[in-house]
Amino acid sequence: MTESPRFNLGRFRDLTLVPVIIVLLVAGAMVDPVFLTEGNLTNVLQQQSALALVVLAEAMILIAGKFDLSLESTVGMAPALAVMLVIPASAGGFGLGVPAGLAIPMCLLIGALVGAFNGLLIMRFKLSAFVVTLAMLIVVHGLQLGLTGGKSLFALPESFLYLGNASWLGYPAAIWITGLLFAAGIAALGYFRLGRALYAIGGNADAARAAGIRVERVVWTVFIIGGTLAALAGVLETGRLGGISANQGVGWIFMVFAAAVIGGVSMDGGKGTILGALTGVLVIGLVENILTLKGVPGEWKQLVYGAIILIALMISRLAGGKAQD
Amino acid sequence: MSAVEASDITKRYGPTTALERAGIVIAEGETHALVGRNGAGKSTLVSILTGLQRPDAGQVLFDGRPAPAMSDRDAWRRRVACVYQRSTIIPSLTVAENLFLNRQSERGPIRWRALRARARQVLDQYGVAVDAEVLAGDLGVEQRQLVEIARALSFGARFIILDEPTAQLDGPAIERLFTRMRSLREQGVTMMFISHHLEEVYEVCQSVTVFRDARHVVTSPVAGLPHDELVAAMTGEATTDYQTRSRSADASARVVISAAGLTLAGRYSGIDLAVRAGEIVGLAGSGSSGKVGLAETLVGLRKADAGAVSVNGTTIRPGDVAAALRAGLGFVPQDRHAQGFVPLLSVAENATLPIAHKLGRLGTVSPARRRARAATLIGELDIKTTGPDQPVGDLSGGNAQKVVMARALADAPAALVVINPTAGVDVKAKQALLGAVEDAVAGGAGAVLVSDELDDLRICDRVLVMLHGRIVKDMPRGWSDPELVAVVEGVDR
Repeated sequence: MTESPRFNLGRFRDLTLVPVIIVLLVAGAMVDPVFLTEGNLTNVLQQQSALALVVLAEAMILIAGKFDLSLESTVGMAPALAVMLVIPASAGGFGLGVPAGLAIPMCLLIGALVGAFNGLLIMRFKLSAFVVTLAMLIVVHGLQLGLTGGKSLFALPESFLYLGNASWLGYPAAIWITGLLFAAGIAALGYFRLGRALYAIGGNADAARAAGIRVERVVWTVFIIGGTLAALAGVLETGRLGGISANQGVGWIFMVFAAAVIGGVSMDGGKGTILGALTGVLVIGLVENILTLKGVPGEWKQLVYGAIILIALMISRLAGGKAQD
Repeated sequence: MSAVEASDITKRYGPTTALERAGIVIAEGETHALVGRNGAGKSTLVSILTGLQRPDAGQVLFDGRPAPAMSDRDAWRRRVACVYQRSTIIPSLTVAENLFLNRQSERGPIRWRALRARARQVLDQYGVAVDAEVLAGDLGVEQRQLVEIARALSFGARFIILDEPTAQLDGPAIERLFTRMRSLREQGVTMMFISHHLEEVYEVCQSVTVFRDARHVVTSPVAGLPHDELVAAMTGEATTDYQTRSRSADASARVVISAAGLTLAGRYSGIDLAVRAGEIVGLAGSGSSGKVGLAETLVGLRKADAGAVSVNGTTIRPGDVAAALRAGLGFVPQDRHAQGFVPLLSVAENATLPIAHKLGRLGTVSPARRRARAATLIGELDIKTTGPDQPVGDLSGGNAQKVVMARALADAPAALVVINPTAGVDVKAKQALLGAVEDAVAGGAGAVLVSDELDDLRICDRVLVMLHGRIVKDMPRGWSDPELVAVVEGVDR
């Protein structure tokens, strides 16, 4: 055994939320016997899968030292615009007669384009990622409201809903998809040069450049992947709910940041892991589920929610021993 | 054939010319110094020699062959390695990963175990005693630099640029670096060494090139270029070393700064100190001696565990900087970027921050009075600026430091605490800064001067040498360099 103790501590830093998850599982079991059933836990995972994809996207962007607030708007706008291209005018679409099978590829393309545009403004024009994506958050959501006239879309092609409500091998397809993408993310950021480049860029962009990493190109790619993942999250959410409301995705970004940050991803870039971000999502999902089972009135949920995020932060700080930043 | 030859290099950034037909020729196997004042074009030459920037005109040859294409980073790194002034280590990654940044694997997934083994091998090969698995951010400055040198060499480059490697190291660490540089030279490595400390140039280099105002001035073997000629080449005029003024400290003058029984765990203990008006007291010692911690306690930036500080006769509540300033203290902090100035604010605002309340009524600040006051300070300290409205962030290091000094002196302080005032500034700025301290003392202030530079300490009436948190010697004016260094290094007696 040549591993030094410090190195092991570093590896465990990803897992500082595991005790929190265990506490939540125990607490949930005491609150309601339904909690620990397979059906309920599957339900939790399915509900969180769309949010989890956005967390995956945001975690990568944060690790690369940037910011994307506009992801939540893409979750609503990308599927809405893609669907409107294929459905008839009578159902609220453009009536262009585009084949329904193209809706999902177009949705992902729209997400990628939003990401590419963000990347263009941030990397080429050197604008602040925070301000650019804040503006894009409003622009992208505004586009959805304008196109749909603020109405929900219900008459959707069956193929578009499939991914969000199908079952594969006895579990929702959304869980499989999200699980596979997280596995890919963990592998890419843990074991591949391009993924490690994100840490280098987020940790010290000048040093990354000096090491021959094409900083602009890599970060731009990450923004495009982020937008695509947000669009895919929109597809899953649409399939789960069976329609696209004008508010799909609205307000998610707070939960996304909360999940990423309590999962150990640094807001300053260069630190955190995809596995950590996943534990952050699980904490958020379990808390939400327990509050629902406990029958906490909707008006109080926000307060409890915020408080639990703060507590999770403090616990991970104590367990991790390093300042959260 | 020379290892490196850059000729007729011109580089412009908008209206400013960073290099004007400048060049350097470095013979194989030598350690070649590049010196010049701030803004002479040294950093630009480094970025051109390392392939980070393309010159507007001129060419670079390595071993007589043209430099590789700009996009071919790997080819550049096989020819030239650089330990930059600003660390290019990524603190959140392990030492092992930093060593193999962007080349963790040839293709396919990274094999971490193999990577760590390769890292240990590189560290062993270059004799760097650092654990490959710790986070690079947990290393000290010296270790980080060694990792950077090992990384630079591991690309197979036989030419290394060391850009101000000694700026952040203390005495013993600098000696270890020099030992390492000498042994690299014996192995045939060619080096370009940049430093503001001319005595270091004489210690480790065989030849020296001087840049001034974006141009090449002279290249000479160090043996053929005496110290004063070197300084003259840098400044463009024959200047001598700073002439300290004679001054007779009045033993009965008022005590303006005093400390009694100051102790701060891990920094210093049992410090008694009294500085009288009209006196400069130097604090010398190695990086770990506690001298900076003590000075920061005197101004209230740190809270001592025990003991009392008084400024100008007023006892200051521990850790209360505002009270110390009110009592008549002026302060030049160690790190001007972090604590010295607000880069986006103008010269006038920065210089008058502590006296803003005197420039207007009821919390308002009169811009006209501020400008007038700032103009006086700009004149007194000879600050090179386009005017009181220029943001301090745009000034060169030496001039920014003068603004910090101006701020300390803005309120005609009775007591002055100055930490490393001449760090990273050029010869002429240094003279202006030391002159300002002497002026203030001639005007009746008492000063504490903390410095690693013997030149700075020469203006002191007496130098207190600290070792491991205690004052071990009080040396009156007239000490010789070896004497003082011996005490600082703890090899006295």
